[in-house]
Amino acid sequence: MNDFTNSFWPVFITVIALGGILGCALLLWITSKIKSNSPNGDNTNGHVWDETLREMNNPLPRWWVWMFIITIIFALFYFAAYPALGNYAGKLGWSQVGQYEQEMAKANETVAPLYAKFAAMPVETLASNAEAKAIGERLFMNNCAQCHGSDARGSRGFPNLTDHDWIYGGNPETITETITNGRIGMMPPMGAAVGTEDDVKNVAHYVLSLSGSNHDAARAEKGKEKFAVCAACHGADGKGNQAVGALNLTDNIWLHGAGEAAIIKRINEGKTNQMPAQNVKFSAEQIHVLAAYVWGLSNTGNSTATETTP
Amino acid sequence: MQVSNSQLNTYNDGVVRQFSIMAVVWGVVGMLVGVIIAAQLVWPELNLGLPWTSFGRLRPLHTNAVIFAFGGCTLFATSYYVVQRTCHTTLFMPQLAKFTFWGWQAVILAAAISLPLGFTTGKEYAELEWPIDILITLIWVAYAIVFFGTVGTRKVKHIYVANWFFGAFIITVALLHIVNSAEMPASFMKSYSAYAGAQDAMVQWWYGHNAVGFFLTAGFLGIMYYFVPKQADRPVYSYSLSIVHFWALIFTYMWAGPHHLHYTALPDWTQSLGMVFSLVLLAPSWGGMINGMMTLSGAWHKLRTDPILRFMIVSLSFYGMSTFEGPMMAIKTVNSLSHYTDWTVGHVHSGALGWVGLVSMGAIYYMIPRLFGQKQMHSIKAIELHFWLATIGIVLYISALWISGVMEGLMWRAINTDGTLTYTFVESVKAKHPYYIIRLLGGLLYLSGMTIMLWNVIKTATSGKAAVAAIPPVAAHA
Repeated sequence: MNDFTNSFWPVFITVIALGGILGCALLLWITSKIKSNSPNGDNTNGHVWDETLREMNNPLPRWWVWMFIITIIFALFYFAAYPALGNYAGKLGWSQVGQYEQEMAKANETVAPLYAKFAAMPVETLASNAEAKAIGERLFMNNCAQCHGSDARGSRGFPNLTDHDWIYGGNPETITETITNGRIGMMPPMGAAVGTEDDVKNVAHYVLSLSGSNHDAARAEKGKEKFAVCAACHGADGKGNQAVGALNLTDNIWLHGAGEAAIIKRINEGKTNQMPAQNVKFSAEQIHVLAAYVWGLSNTGNSTATETTP
Repeated sequence: MQVSNSQLNTYNDGVVRQFSIMAVVWGVVGMLVGVIIAAQLVWPELNLGLPWTSFGRLRPLHTNAVIFAFGGCTLFATSYYVVQRTCHTTLFMPQLAKFTFWGWQAVILAAAISLPLGFTTGKEYAELEWPIDILITLIWVAYAIVFFGTVGTRKVKHIYVANWFFGAFIITVALLHIVNSAEMPASFMKSYSAYAGAQDAMVQWWYGHNAVGFFLTAGFLGIMYYFVPKQADRPVYSYSLSIVHFWALIFTYMWAGPHHLHYTALPDWTQSLGMVFSLVLLAPSWGGMINGMMTLSGAWHKLRTDPILRFMIVSLSFYGMSTFEGPMMAIKTVNSLSHYTDWTVGHVHSGALGWVGLVSMGAIYYMIPRLFGQKQMHSIKAIELHFWLATIGIVLYISALWISGVMEGLMWRAINTDGTLTYTFVESVKAKHPYYIIRLLGGLLYLSGMTIMLWNVIKTATSGKAAVAAIPPVAAHA
C-alpha cells in the first residue's frame, strides 16, 4: 500500500532526511576547520559577558566527533537497509507487518502438532486431559478472565461459567459456537407493552415469585396475566429459552441484579449484552481447547471452580 | 552608552523574583501530587473512590504542575535573569513581562482546577482545553517579545550561548503548542483535535518529544550555560562545541517523535526515521554535557565545598545518562521490550528529577541570595541536605523502575511452548508491588528535599529585601 497521496512527498522526505544527516556531517567538518583566535592569549575567544562569562577555544573532543560520525554512518546504512526514505522499501525488504506474520507463522507451526492432537479428541475427553486443561486455563486467564473473573464466576452482567445455568446452552457444541462467534443478547424495553407503571411493578413481583424470592403475593397474582408478553421469549413457565438466549427467571440467578428495583429497570429499559467473537484471535483448534476448559468448569471435578454459587 | 533614566541603569529583577519564588512553590505542589499518585499505585484505595482524586485525573495534574508550573516558572525566572545580564540591558517592555507572570500563574491555576474536574483534550502533556490553550499562546507571544526585544536591544555585540538555547526553546515551544493544539471547540472546555487517526498520534508525539527536547532540554541547557560557568567561575569549555551541538541538537530533535509510536499504525518509514534521528541525537546531546562538565576543568576541587555546584554537575551526569538511555530505547528491538513499561517512566524521571530538577535547584540557589541582597542562602547545610535527599531519591526511583520495567516487559513477552502467555497481566502488576514502594520512597525523599528548599528560600527572602542590581559596564571585546 502506498503511504503517499502524491509523488512529491516521498521525494521531499528523502531529500530532507538525507540532507539532514549529511548536513550534520557538514556542520562537523566546517566547525572543525574554523581557526580560533585568542586576542588575549588566554585560550578564550575574547568575548566577555556579565563581567566574568568567557568561552575557551578548545577543539571538539576527538572521541565525541568519532561518536557523532559513527551514528551518521549507521544512519546511512540503516536508510539503505530499511524502509525510511519515502517509498524506498530498503534492501532487506523488512516491514513490521512482515515481521509479525513471519513470527506468527513460525509460532503456529511450532504448536500445530500439539493442537492437532487435541483437535482429534472430543471436548468431554479433553476436559480431563491435564495438558489441555493447563493450556485452556492460561487462555482463559489471559482472554476471558477480564470479564468472567479469574474464578470464572462472572459478576453483574457477566455470566457465571461454573454453574449449570446456561443462557445459550452448555453442551460442547454450543459453548464452542459461543466462543467462536460471540453472542449478542437483547431484551427490548417492555414497559409500554406490559402497561402502566403499576402493571410493571406487578409483573416484577410475579417474576420474583417464580423463583420463590420475596414478593407481594397480591401483586404477583395481578402480574401473572401481564406476564404473557414476556412469555414470548421467557416461556409461559418463565424458564427461558436457550434458542434466543432468554434468561431463566425461576432459578434465583440474576445476571443483571436481583430484587424488585432491578427487575423493574430491566422491564422498562431492556438490555443489550455482548460477548465478543473470539475467532479473530484464536484458531479453531485453540477454541476447541478453550471450550473443553469452559465445559469442564461445570462438568468435571475441576479444582478451581466446582462449588455452586451461594 | 548614554543613560538618562535610572531604571535603565539597573536590571529588572522584580519579575525574576516572582517567578523564582513560584517555581519553588509549584515544585513542592507538583512533586507532592507525584508522591500521592505514586502512593495510589501502591495502595489504589487512596484514590478515595472519588473521580476528582482518581489516578487518571491527578496524573496529568502532576505532569503539568512539574513541567509547566515548576519547570516553566524556572525557565521564565532564569531566562529573564540571564538575558538581561548577558545583554547588559534591562528587560524589553517590562509591562509585558509582568503580564507573562500573572498570565502564567492564571494558566497554572486553571490547570489545577480543570484537570481534577476531568476537562482534558486527552493529549499527553497538552491536556489543557482550548480556552487555556489560547491564554498560553498569548503569554508565549508576550514572552517572545520580551526576550527577543531584550536580545535586540543588547549593548554587547555577540549573543551569549545561553540565549541561543533560550531563544530556540521559546520559538519552538510556540510552534509546537500552536500546531498540536489546533482543535475545533465543541463547547466551553470541550474540543476536538484538528487531526485524525495515525496523523493525530504523529502530531501529538512530534509535540510530546519536542516538549522534552525544547522545553525540558534546550531551555535548561540555556540555564546550564549561564549558571555553571558563573558558579564554577570558569570559562565555558569550548565555543566550537557550543556551535556544533546547538545546531545539531535543535535540528535532530525535530525528527525523534516517531520513536514513541514504534510498532503501531504509523508507517514503517516514519518509525525508521524517528529511530535513526534519535540515535544521531546522542552526540549533540552529549555535546552539552561535555561542555558543562569540562567547564569545571581546573576547578574540580570546588565540588567538595560547594553544594550548589554539585547540584549542577550531578544534574549534567543525569543529563548524559538519560540522553544515552533515550537513543538506546528508541532502537526498535529495545523499544519492543521497554515500550509501555515502567522503564519509560523511570527514563523520564532520570531526566526530570536528575537533569531538569537538579539544574533548576542549582540555578535558583544561585539567584535567590543575589535577588534578595544576601551574601548566600540562609542555610548552606540545608542545601547540602537537600542535595543528598534529592540524589538518593533519584537513585531509588530510577533503579526501582528499571527493575520493574524490564521485569514486566519480560513477563509480558514470555511465551510457553504451547503458544500461550506465561503470565497474566495481573501477575505482572502484582510482581511490581515492591518496586512501587521503593519508587514511592524515592519520590518522598525528593519531595522532602524540595520542602527544605522552600523553607530555605523563604528564610533567605524574608531576611533580605528586594535587591537592585546595577548594570555593569560592557567589557572590551565583548
